[in-house]
Amino acid sequence: MVRFILNKLLYLIPTFLGITIIAFSFVRILPGDPVLLMAGERGVSPERHAELTAQLGYDKPVVMQYFDFLGRLLQGDFGTSLVTKKPVLDEFMALFPATVELGLCAIILATVIGVPVGILAAIKRGSWFDQISMTTALVGFSMPIFWWGLLLIIFFSGMLGWTPVSGRISLLYYFPTPTGFMLIDSLLSGQPGAFKSAVSHLILPSIVLATIPLAVIARQTRSAMLEVMGEDYVRTARAKGMPQRRVIGVHALRNAMIPVVTTIGLQIGVLMAGAILTETIFSWPGIGKWMIDSISRRDYPVVQSGLLLIAGMVMLVNLLVDLTYGLINPRIRAS
Amino acid sequence: MSDTTVKLSDAAIRRRMLAEFWFYFSQNRGAVLGLVVFILLVLVAVFASVLAPHDPTVQYRDALLVPPVWQEGGRAEFLLGTDAVGRDMLSRLIYGAQYSLFIGIVVVSIALFGGIIIGLLAGFYGSWVDTVIMRVMDVILAFPSLLLALVLVAILGPGLTNAMIAIAIVYQPHFARLTRAAVMAEQKREYVTAARVAGAGNLRLMFKTILPNCLAPLIVQATLSFSSAVLDSAALGFLGMGAQPPAPEWGTMLAEAREFILRAWWVVTFPGLAILISVLAINLMGDGLRDALDPKLKRS
Repeated sequence: MVRFILNKLLYLIPTFLGITIIAFSFVRILPGDPVLLMAGERGVSPERHAELTAQLGYDKPVVMQYFDFLGRLLQGDFGTSLVTKKPVLDEFMALFPATVELGLCAIILATVIGVPVGILAAIKRGSWFDQISMTTALVGFSMPIFWWGLLLIIFFSGMLGWTPVSGRISLLYYFPTPTGFMLIDSLLSGQPGAFKSAVSHLILPSIVLATIPLAVIARQTRSAMLEVMGEDYVRTARAKGMPQRRVIGVHALRNAMIPVVTTIGLQIGVLMAGAILTETIFSWPGIGKWMIDSISRRDYPVVQSGLLLIAGMVMLVNLLVDLTYGLINPRIRAS
Repeated sequence: MSDTTVKLSDAAIRRRMLAEFWFYFSQNRGAVLGLVVFILLVLVAVFASVLAPHDPTVQYRDALLVPPVWQEGGRAEFLLGTDAVGRDMLSRLIYGAQYSLFIGIVVVSIALFGGIIIGLLAGFYGSWVDTVIMRVMDVILAFPSLLLALVLVAILGPGLTNAMIAIAIVYQPHFARLTRAAVMAEQKREYVTAARVAGAGNLRLMFKTILPNCLAPLIVQATLSFSSAVLDSAALGFLGMGAQPPAPEWGTMLAEAREFILRAWWVVTFPGLAILISVLAINLMGDGLRDALDPKLKRS
């Protein structure tokens, strides 16, 4: 197992270096002088330009610049935002819990609904339930979620007035946020109604973000179950006269869950892409909206480091999924 | 071989293969429905200038935010209503089909072409060529696709062409991986060795001998990428990074309609519905293609 983990880690190093090269080249490929680009429309005096060029290291050869960049990254220096003048890592850390909270709610929602629906659809293959749920799943899979979010806002916020349109909590509440997770912080604050407000703000974004993973998980669970149910050991269990509930619950489900767990883990990339759209629609102050805002504000250090941090995080989660997979299934470890 | 064996001409073999394909494809009702919708979409796009009742960019200043014809205040000349600057929704939706199909075709063509070449090289030559190429592909795949596309567009500058290039670059590793896997499996087959012994050069082996036998998974992936391309380009348009106004691209139309969502439901509902229906139709087709082209599924 240790060798398996080491192998996976070794495999990641070139990929991570590749990611740093892409993030580094991002600012270098931009047409024009990076200092002028960062200065924006106001421009800078020639003296200040020279000073900035030297300060940012743009007067050195590109390869040296890359190694400087890498060295700073290894020391935890991810640069400073041009707009807020705050360290990028601090901004990332401040906004990250909002995205994690939303992402966790979405993936829990998707799993809690998707897995049982997939199992039931497989057991009742060909039934109306199977057909309706799989058609719905395909619609969900094809859904432009930015439109879906707008529709939900029109219906639940506009027509019914049930849910708020944007943000994480009503402006009526103000309390310190030690964890950054609004659900926890609102509970800790002890203010009446704060938790309810946080939940009501979370409902629509979670549904929107969960839509595609839910569809994928339901479809994957169904096909994994169908495959397992055709296996010899399931037939043997049946032949022994084991009750249907036990055959499905113990023999089939456990084996079918292996690919499903992987699918759930791999949704992290999908969630991150979805978060960009969902957070934009609901003005959710998380990483996705931060990236979009930084791109439109041309805040390149943020875009550069944000790209790096997000890719690194996705890679880390994928590694964890791989390791879990190896833990559940010894055959993977051996290969 | 017995005397009764009839030698079929190439055309006859192709006809039989097509018939077999259609047999399996048509078993899937959803796939046939998807195909019908897709053909309709193509027809709408091709005959947009004939079908559209108005010019998609003309602004009727006396008809701002007119609701659809069946709603109170609706006008017969604007069947699906008008947008905030008085442009006919129906005409814009019809012209929007051109954009979506064009984007899908261009993105898939670039990604497919690039992916096939890269995958063929990696799979055929192996060793360090393979290692380098596949590591680069891993790096691209490590980024969430929409995020990478967004950043690429930020570098290249917002606009439809750059959005298409960005999406194609992001999709290309999927094709490269598929091609490589298929090439590596096919390369060990006897017909490849036979061709090599017969003196076929590397290029001929790659493109004429091996590639045609790797096409099935690529076709399925191309269909799925087509629908993703329509979705992602609409998302980029929605975020202001894709096609720019006043282009009647569905995602861009949604972006322009955002501020009116609580006042005029039709300006938001119809473009999204158009995206959903197109993507769904293509995905249904993709499912059918996979069933028809995957030999493992055929036997069961």
